Amino acid sequence: MRILPPVSVEARRLLPSVWDLLAAVLVLGFIVLFASASQAVIQPLASLTQQPISLDPSALPGYALRTGLRMLVALGFSLIFTFTYATWAAKSRRAGTLLVPLLDILQSIPILGFLSVTLVFFLSLAPGRILGAEFAAIFLIFTSQAWNMAFSFYQSLRTVPTELSEAGRVFGLNGWARFWRIEVPFGMPQLIWNMMMSMSGAWFMLVVSEAFTVGNTSITLPGIGSYIAAAIAARSLRAIMWAILAMLVVILIFDQLLFRPLVAWADRFRIDADTNDNDEAAESWALKMFRRSKLMDAIGLPFDALMHWTYRLTPPEQGSSATRPSLVPPWFANAVWYACLSLLVAYVLWRVANFAAIPLGSGEILDVFLRGFATLARVIVLIALASLIWTPIGIHVGLRPHLTKIVQPVAQFLAAFPANLLFPIAVSLIAMWRLNSNIWLSPLMVLGTQWYILFNVIAGASALPHELRDASDNFQIKGWLWWRKVALPAVFPFYVTGAITASGGSWNAAIVAEIVEWGHTTLRAYGLGSYIQDATTAGDFRKIVLGIAVMSFFVVVVNRLFWRPLYWYAERKFRLG
Amino acid sequence: MGAATLLEIHDVRRTFPKPGGDQLLVLDGVDLSLREGEIVGLLGRSGSGKSTLLRLIAGLAKPQGGTLTYLGRAIDGPAGGVAMVFQSFALFPWLTVLENVEIGLEALHLPEKEIRTRALAAIDLIGLDGYESAYPRELSGGMRQRVGFARALVVHPNILLMDEPFSALDVLTAENLRTDFIDLWLDKKLPIKGVLLVTHNIEEAVQMCDRVLLFSTNPGRVVTEIKIDTPRPRERTDPAFEDYVDRIYVEMTARRVERVPRQAPTAGVNLYAPLTHVSSSLIAGLIEAVAAAPYNGKADLPDIASDLQLEIDELFPVAEALQLLRLGDVEGGDIKLTHMGKRFADADNNERKEIFSRALMSYVPLAGHIRRVLDERTNHAAPRRRFIDELEDHMTEEASQETLRAVVSWARFAELFSYDKESETFSLENPT
Repeated sequence: MRILPPVSVEARRLLPSVWDLLAAVLVLGFIVLFASASQAVIQPLASLTQQPISLDPSALPGYALRTGLRMLVALGFSLIFTFTYATWAAKSRRAGTLLVPLLDILQSIPILGFLSVTLVFFLSLAPGRILGAEFAAIFLIFTSQAWNMAFSFYQSLRTVPTELSEAGRVFGLNGWARFWRIEVPFGMPQLIWNMMMSMSGAWFMLVVSEAFTVGNTSITLPGIGSYIAAAIAARSLRAIMWAILAMLVVILIFDQLLFRPLVAWADRFRIDADTNDNDEAAESWALKMFRRSKLMDAIGLPFDALMHWTYRLTPPEQGSSATRPSLVPPWFANAVWYACLSLLVAYVLWRVANFAAIPLGSGEILDVFLRGFATLARVIVLIALASLIWTPIGIHVGLRPHLTKIVQPVAQFLAAFPANLLFPIAVSLIAMWRLNSNIWLSPLMVLGTQWYILFNVIAGASALPHELRDASDNFQIKGWLWWRKVALPAVFPFYVTGAITASGGSWNAAIVAEIVEWGHTTLRAYGLGSYIQDATTAGDFRKIVLGIAVMSFFVVVVNRLFWRPLYWYAERKFRLG
Repeated sequence: MGAATLLEIHDVRRTFPKPGGDQLLVLDGVDLSLREGEIVGLLGRSGSGKSTLLRLIAGLAKPQGGTLTYLGRAIDGPAGGVAMVFQSFALFPWLTVLENVEIGLEALHLPEKEIRTRALAAIDLIGLDGYESAYPRELSGGMRQRVGFARALVVHPNILLMDEPFSALDVLTAENLRTDFIDLWLDKKLPIKGVLLVTHNIEEAVQMCDRVLLFSTNPGRVVTEIKIDTPRPRERTDPAFEDYVDRIYVEMTARRVERVPRQAPTAGVNLYAPLTHVSSSLIAGLIEAVAAAPYNGKADLPDIASDLQLEIDELFPVAEALQLLRLGDVEGGDIKLTHMGKRFADADNNERKEIFSRALMSYVPLAGHIRRVLDERTNHAAPRRRFIDELEDHMTEEASQETLRAVVSWARFAELFSYDKESETFSLENPT
């Protein structure tokens, strides 16, 4: 009994399904939108000033489209950066010694720092056209997305299970094929989670990346960010409300069409997942559509074939190709590498000193450091306050699955909420009660970042094994004893991860939180963020460089001296399993 | 037996809400009692609700019906005097051995000095001296479970509840811990009055318990009680011990496997009988083992279980599958290969697939049904929903998923039809 006569393929292809139709509409729509947007970006730069941002809500869909496309393009570049930079850092021990700390520093540089030094370059790429400004905006969005993605992928690459990569070697997969068939899939679930975080970060910095002023150059690109900036300048609460609504819609669309399908798709790469058919895995209608539609198959097929073709480009690695003998002994190569590095560092230090430190003088440097301490104090106090508030709440929510389902997406939206949207409230409150802006502007710093503490604590509490909860009930561990010996230790490693993210993000948020505008009212707080913001507006490059250098210094030192030891302590002592 | 009654359970019922809105009945009409000086075993397959019952007794969950009384008082919430030992130990990884043992006493708000002396005494009793400052992750599984025992004993409970406490340990360690426990119990060194032990290991139950209660599945209830009268310590090689094991096997197979129908079903009947997923390689493995010497086609279930190192949990579903497919026949604690079963054992891979496929078509109506639907459709494909909806009219959501999973896995082996998990479709297509 020979089973299964091969069924005619054509018979299956004849009838297009509903999913095909839906997919076709989406693809066509995307192409049209992209085309109309690219028509807009080759307009001359001057047309920006001729067509100021309109506060009419009917303009918002168009703005939302431009913003969404910018974010997507930036996300694409972030992925390319991740796959190259992180891979290089993970594959070459020597390069890794430089690239990993470099990533730490890049992450600590506030978005305005990138803006001021690169704007001229980007404008010169497409002289006189909006495209140049678009490049700059996309680059700024990229800088608020790329670093944590690269970090996550680097960590995944370092933890690929040995038997997986050995299996790849045994079957003779070359490096390129191993990368796409083993390493990328393995890192995918974590990477997608970080892409979602990156998107939130990009939203938070949206106003800065679409409407910026460096010295005499003022640029306002059509988009939701610029719309918010215009609404603030015009003191229009109604427009702010419309902007929030538009943002919510775009975030929802991204969630439904991009992230949810990605999460559901990446579920198969989870190495710890059991192979149950009846799983409660993430579901996504969009993913279902992609999978069921023949059109998507047809689009995907050539890419698939292309990838398979590339795997065969280099011959399979057979036999013991473990190490090729190198031309020079390793100690010599190391020595050359470190010598080059030292020279480079010395040169850069000398240039920085010449450019910024020496002309500005020690008084200015001292002032910038003092401002750094002011901002540091704010970060410490606010992270401590946020921890006190969100840790107990997160534990409470995490232990109740039905609450978790509600709270998680809300917190995710709040993390994406640009601080600028709260400017009107902050300004009116401070003016009404004549408060000290040095103190009362500070909460804006943790506005977007505190949610990372909440996320992580919720994740930690829901990861608490059922048997441990039963044991503490059975032995009647209650009240303070329960918090002290059960709940807090259980979420501690998760909390630390969240707090590291929150604290790093708060430093970056200082540039939007220490100067607050509402119409003609401007409030400022003494700190490093307002210093960098002022220097950028004035186009004073020496001060910008000094401000960035000091901020990076603070962030890196706090990370190395405080967070990193705490993280390893938590991992050693409190990690379950 | 004039001993005082510690625990009395009458007519307990417990259901769990299913996502679809139905209720899954896990425990129904459960009666049992525990008297002072007894070790009582609850023996049954996993999923029979034994652990749920234990959680009810510990006050960690509430029943939908029936009464549970501890020392004459109704149980409502975790009570002092009932301590639990968990299957996966449930130690707090961030506390040392000493702190883990002390935490139950801290919850009782005892003076610090008493906490320390009692904890050290428990650690000493259970053989953990020298490990006081170690963290659980530094210990082997056996030592971790000793901490679990010390933590439970230190509060001097009246009842010790044990939820498969040895099943996460390797055979040697488990045996070592069991005998240590029994020795302490016989020497009356343990500060406890009665023990309720949940297990799915028949020999463990015979070795440790005064009474063994057999638990049925779907819904869980106590079906038989078997008294174990031989004096302790009990030797596995003792004929009386083996008799008890055999008796329990016969009881359990009589209730489980032999219920599987032996007559060929008429069309339409049994289409919606729930199936348990058993991998085809396990089925083939059992057939081969029974066919080979020394069994030559007929084996005693306890013997073959210990030969293959299978727990009843693992063996019974396979035996059931054999019975269902008419490849084997289970009766009175024995398994016998049918004519087809013997042919299967001798066949090469292709013939095996053929035999299996024929058995599926003849005796698993659902497999035949799916195949017919696929044959009739022009595109020879059908979505999973088509069948899951049909099944869910007749059984719970979980059971339908398990049933479909079993059919898919068997049909794949038999190359009867294929299933694509990503698009959730059945088809007659094989990847070429």
